[in-house]
Amino acid sequence: MHLGNYLGLLDNSEKQITKAFAQVSRHHKDEPDIEQMCQKLSAWSREHQGKLVPYLQRYAEQQSTEPARLKHELFSAPRSGSLGLIRDLHDLWLLTQEVQLSWTVIQQAALALRDEDLKATCAFCSARTKRQTDWLLGRIKQAAPQALVVAD
Amino acid sequence: MSETRNAIQDIWGPRTPYHGAWPVREDERVTETPDHWVQSACVLCSNGCGLDIGVKDGRIVGVRGRVNDRVNHGRLGPKGLHGWEANHSSDRLTKPLIRRNGQLEEASWDEAMRLIVERSQELIRQHTASAIGFYTSGQLFIEEYYTLGVLGKAGLGTPHMDGNTRLCTATAGAALKISFGTDGQPGSYNDLNTTEAVLLVGHNMASQQTVLWTRILDRLAGPNPPQLVVIDPRRTYTAEKATVHLAPRAGTNLAVLNGLINLLIEADQIDHAFIKAHTVGFAELRKTVEKWTPERVEHLTGVPAEKLLAAARILGTSKTLVSTALQGVYQSMQATAAAVQINNIHLIRGLIGTPGNAILQMNGQPTSQNTRECGADGDLPGFRNWDNPDHIEELARLWNVHPDKIPHWAPPTHAMQIWRYCETGSIKLLWIQATNPAVSMPELARIRRILQQKDLLVVVQDAFLTETAKLADVVLPTAIWGEKTGTFTNTDRTVHISYQAINPPGEARADFDIFLDYARRMDFRDKDGQPLIKWSTPEEAFEAWKACSKGRPCDYSGLSYEKLTGGSGIQWPCNEQHPDGTEHLYTDHQFNTHADYCETYGYDLVTGAEKQPEEYKANDPKGNAIILAADYEPPHEEPDAEYPLWFTTGRIVYHFHTRTKTGRARALQEAAPEGFVQLSAEDAARHGIAAGDLVTVESRRGKVTEPARIGDIEPGLVFMPFHYGYWDHDEHDKRAANELTLTEWDPVSKQPHFKYAAVRIRKA
Repeated sequence: MHLGNYLGLLDNSEKQITKAFAQVSRHHKDEPDIEQMCQKLSAWSREHQGKLVPYLQRYAEQQSTEPARLKHELFSAPRSGSLGLIRDLHDLWLLTQEVQLSWTVIQQAALALRDEDLKATCAFCSARTKRQTDWLLGRIKQAAPQALVVAD
Repeated sequence: MSETRNAIQDIWGPRTPYHGAWPVREDERVTETPDHWVQSACVLCSNGCGLDIGVKDGRIVGVRGRVNDRVNHGRLGPKGLHGWEANHSSDRLTKPLIRRNGQLEEASWDEAMRLIVERSQELIRQHTASAIGFYTSGQLFIEEYYTLGVLGKAGLGTPHMDGNTRLCTATAGAALKISFGTDGQPGSYNDLNTTEAVLLVGHNMASQQTVLWTRILDRLAGPNPPQLVVIDPRRTYTAEKATVHLAPRAGTNLAVLNGLINLLIEADQIDHAFIKAHTVGFAELRKTVEKWTPERVEHLTGVPAEKLLAAARILGTSKTLVSTALQGVYQSMQATAAAVQINNIHLIRGLIGTPGNAILQMNGQPTSQNTRECGADGDLPGFRNWDNPDHIEELARLWNVHPDKIPHWAPPTHAMQIWRYCETGSIKLLWIQATNPAVSMPELARIRRILQQKDLLVVVQDAFLTETAKLADVVLPTAIWGEKTGTFTNTDRTVHISYQAINPPGEARADFDIFLDYARRMDFRDKDGQPLIKWSTPEEAFEAWKACSKGRPCDYSGLSYEKLTGGSGIQWPCNEQHPDGTEHLYTDHQFNTHADYCETYGYDLVTGAEKQPEEYKANDPKGNAIILAADYEPPHEEPDAEYPLWFTTGRIVYHFHTRTKTGRARALQEAAPEGFVQLSAEDAARHGIAAGDLVTVESRRGKVTEPARIGDIEPGLVFMPFHYGYWDHDEHDKRAANELTLTEWDPVSKQPHFKYAAVRIRKA
């Protein structure tokens, strides 16, 4: 069974997005709403990681032996300026998609396994991930015209 | 000099006890006997008291309350009775000014306007109109806002239009949109005449809207007085009259309100039939509030459990309820989320749309309702939805422009973001009207820095050389209230006309005429090559606005200058169905939430993310009110070892805003000549501070020094009024409360947080 591996992948993605939100928050602290919201959204992802812990343990023993391939680097370092902000938010948006899709994959497995706890966790975290995506999209749409057309 | 009462010593005047119809009391103050009286209404708070301006030999010599006006029945407050003196202040601006070699020098109107127009055209060529931003006011008239809205949105096509209303009333608008589908106060001031209970949340009505408070004082003196629940961290004049006063810690409004809602649900004091038939979202609310037991609320907020229970008993057993909210909610943590819970109390109790029941999500300024309605701020005219292509199409048809001319790719830029774009350099022309951000915005050192930024052309349109005007590149002198004709709308939707009584001083011009001049010089055209703005008088502009508002909730189509003249102000909607105006919205409990009619598709109360249209349409509430829940979150800055005290700001009864007018009215200025630092006896003792000692208050952003005032405040909290700046004070001796406040804002309404910060104090 590969569920353990996939949980590992998701855990890694949540870890990366936690870190990326925190980095963007610090780096763009001159944008007060970005600083505060990214901090909050980073905390959400950290909480998701915590929720994964029991399942990582529960399904760890059945892990297959190919975990390395399931890890990839999603966010390197934040950029500066108004265009840099858009690109950072753009990457964060993509990261939320990665996370969202992983939750979907795991939810499918949870359904097949009739694991009610994991199902509930998937529902909770997936809804919150959507709220992260929605906020990022709104903020990108707001900032894009000014950054691409007007800013030097 | 004659006056019917001394409003400085006796703020609210003699009692006229009542239940039902509020008796008349005519307040008047004149310095000489007028030759004639001119109809108007007061512009020194959001109450909108009808008044007449007394004129003698071309000068204002006094005012009297209009006894036939529904808002005040003849009464006027201290600011109304005295504030007009500022019109004749000797330091009015009378000529345009242009900065040359670092100095503001007198210039002609032609030079000043040419400079603005040439810069505008150059910026549009190089960067598009998105390099131009407007920061307007809650002090202009409908005719001015609408003209500004059209020239900005359909002439220039810039998304960067907002006003100081972002600091005062944005959350009121947001909360009404979220719960009921569109902006618009459901009830009426008259509901206070019979209601059994009043809930005032973060609203010191006694100081802010003194005449509205008189309505309540007169009820308290009459038969069947209402019970008052007041939520405020200070023992204000309002709190002194409370049946139950809850004094929560800074930033905890939402926990208190969730606690109250929890008790109403627990006690089953809710209207199940109403909730089922007319709302969506109740289950989520119940789930969110259930953990907010009185004990938990007490632990977090400091409000004793038995007091919360006593307050809930009043709210849960009164058959009618008027609730009001103002800056204590709107400028604090989780502003929109908390304001929405006040709406929710009425929705779960089924107390809306009937006499005695009102929600007054108050405005701070006299005409901020119109900034919101007319599209001069971050909203579209007529409460239209920027995310609904049909609404954009309607405006495009009305203005005869291509729909894409009107910026609608994202929500109109909010004020805090406009300032940020100025700071980062992508807005290169900032045009400020009738507001004084150099004193009223948070974190003033930052605002001063932005205003002086190289490559940012700052245009300031004002009647006085304010702290902001002093930093401008172009200053345009304006006519003010009493010197121009126009209309405006108060908090309870009452529309008044205000006629020109005297001529403006020198070359000062009405804001209306300045906007028209700019539009003419910019040569804004419609699709057929005709001038975009087809009006040249205020009355013509009002007619154009009527057409724009028709069919929308704020329908003015049944009003006219003639109809507004002679009698009382009239409440919108006023149209064929409601020719005499409308006292209550939603009498049939059908709300403005239909997907094709609503002003917003909703928000995430925590992140502020806009909901997508498809999402809203899939669950179209179709006229049901929306109950939205939110859980408590701690403020972003809290007291710590370095800055151990909470700081909050507010107003005092004798002054309005940055004292531009009230500081120039002798009696008001003498009644409150300087600011103060209010702290508890415990904190004063700990720092060896006695009443009157100079105290330095310091935050991470700045420090100020003012004399101490001790008592009537919870230990751990420091209060300062925000009125005092530098036009009559050495600018090196910092004293403005906003030197200390934070640059951050509510995620939904984008209203900045003036009501909490961490500070430390010491004896100066």
